[in-house]
Amino acid sequence: MLDDKFDYLLRLGDNALVLSQRLSEWVGKGPALEEDMALANTALDLIGQARLWLAYACEVEGAGRTEDQLAFMRDAQEFKNLLLVEQPNSGSGDGGGGGYADTLMRQYLFDSWHLLLLDGLTRSADERMAGIAEKAKKEVTYHLRRSTDLLVRLGDGTEESHRRMQAALDDLWMYTGEMFTADEVDQVLESQGVAENVAALRLTWLEQVGRTLTAATLVMPSPDAWMQKGGKHGRHTEHMGFLLADMQFLQRAYPGQQW
Amino acid sequence: MSREWPLWEVFIRSQHGLAHKHVGSLHAPDGEMAINNARDVYTRRNEGVGIWVVKAGDIVSSSPGDKAPLFEPSNSKVYRHPTFFPMPEEVKNL
Repeated sequence: MLDDKFDYLLRLGDNALVLSQRLSEWVGKGPALEEDMALANTALDLIGQARLWLAYACEVEGAGRTEDQLAFMRDAQEFKNLLLVEQPNSGSGDGGGGGYADTLMRQYLFDSWHLLLLDGLTRSADERMAGIAEKAKKEVTYHLRRSTDLLVRLGDGTEESHRRMQAALDDLWMYTGEMFTADEVDQVLESQGVAENVAALRLTWLEQVGRTLTAATLVMPSPDAWMQKGGKHGRHTEHMGFLLADMQFLQRAYPGQQW
Repeated sequence: MSREWPLWEVFIRSQHGLAHKHVGSLHAPDGEMAINNARDVYTRRNEGVGIWVVKAGDIVSSSPGDKAPLFEPSNSKVYRHPTFFPMPEEVKNL
């Protein structure tokens, strides 16, 4: 039972941690100072959320591990984040001109789901989780506001920006199915009243995303298209190892190093 | 330079009861994004409860060259300053 909650907390924490790492890769390289800082702010919000979830995961596990050890000393197959958040900033949809479209589309698809999930968690029977969700929800409400705004601007922008956003959407769509597939961990936590059924978020999400994509003049791929899965169970895409190598190098080379 | 976003001046109200204060400028394509950008660039350390953004080009400014005729005449008129009244300590933001 506790293992299920530990696993669920890892999923929440790893989503935030891995996406934060991806966004941090933009620091100092954003297309404008204002965008650079906005992405860094989002990354900082997410790292804060990751710390809260992972610190709680450590307590639930009761094995004396710390949040830092979870972040820096686990290998890819022990990470339980969605495949979506580990996708690189520059996918094939960028037309060779830098991956900002991928970054923004990934952010929008995640934010829109993340907010629905956190909203459900604020009603969790686990008060600690409800409290973390309450705090995170405020931050993510802004993340979604910003990513929605940029999605509509760039989708309904120039021919070039429209083409890039559509390509990014088509590329990332197959990673969205996993957000709504409930497994035994989800079912156990639902039966305990700790988390809502993630599959039940799907219709609301599709409707919201459909409205935003229409406003952005983008074409939503079929919701019944073939979807990737595996992240929640530690089966990741080839990008995950490189991301961890970047993120974990220091603690791997100099274990326990502090500054 | 026409590809650059226009410049906006940012004013933040740090707490209720205080006036908005100029904090700096930024670039954004329109007002809505200027507000978002101002939030991200200028309120990271819990500075504000309200934001104004104004297109820099829409601000009408006095000319530095006019300093003498505009401001110097009031220098010699100390009786215009309300400094002869004792203020209660509790009144802070007056």
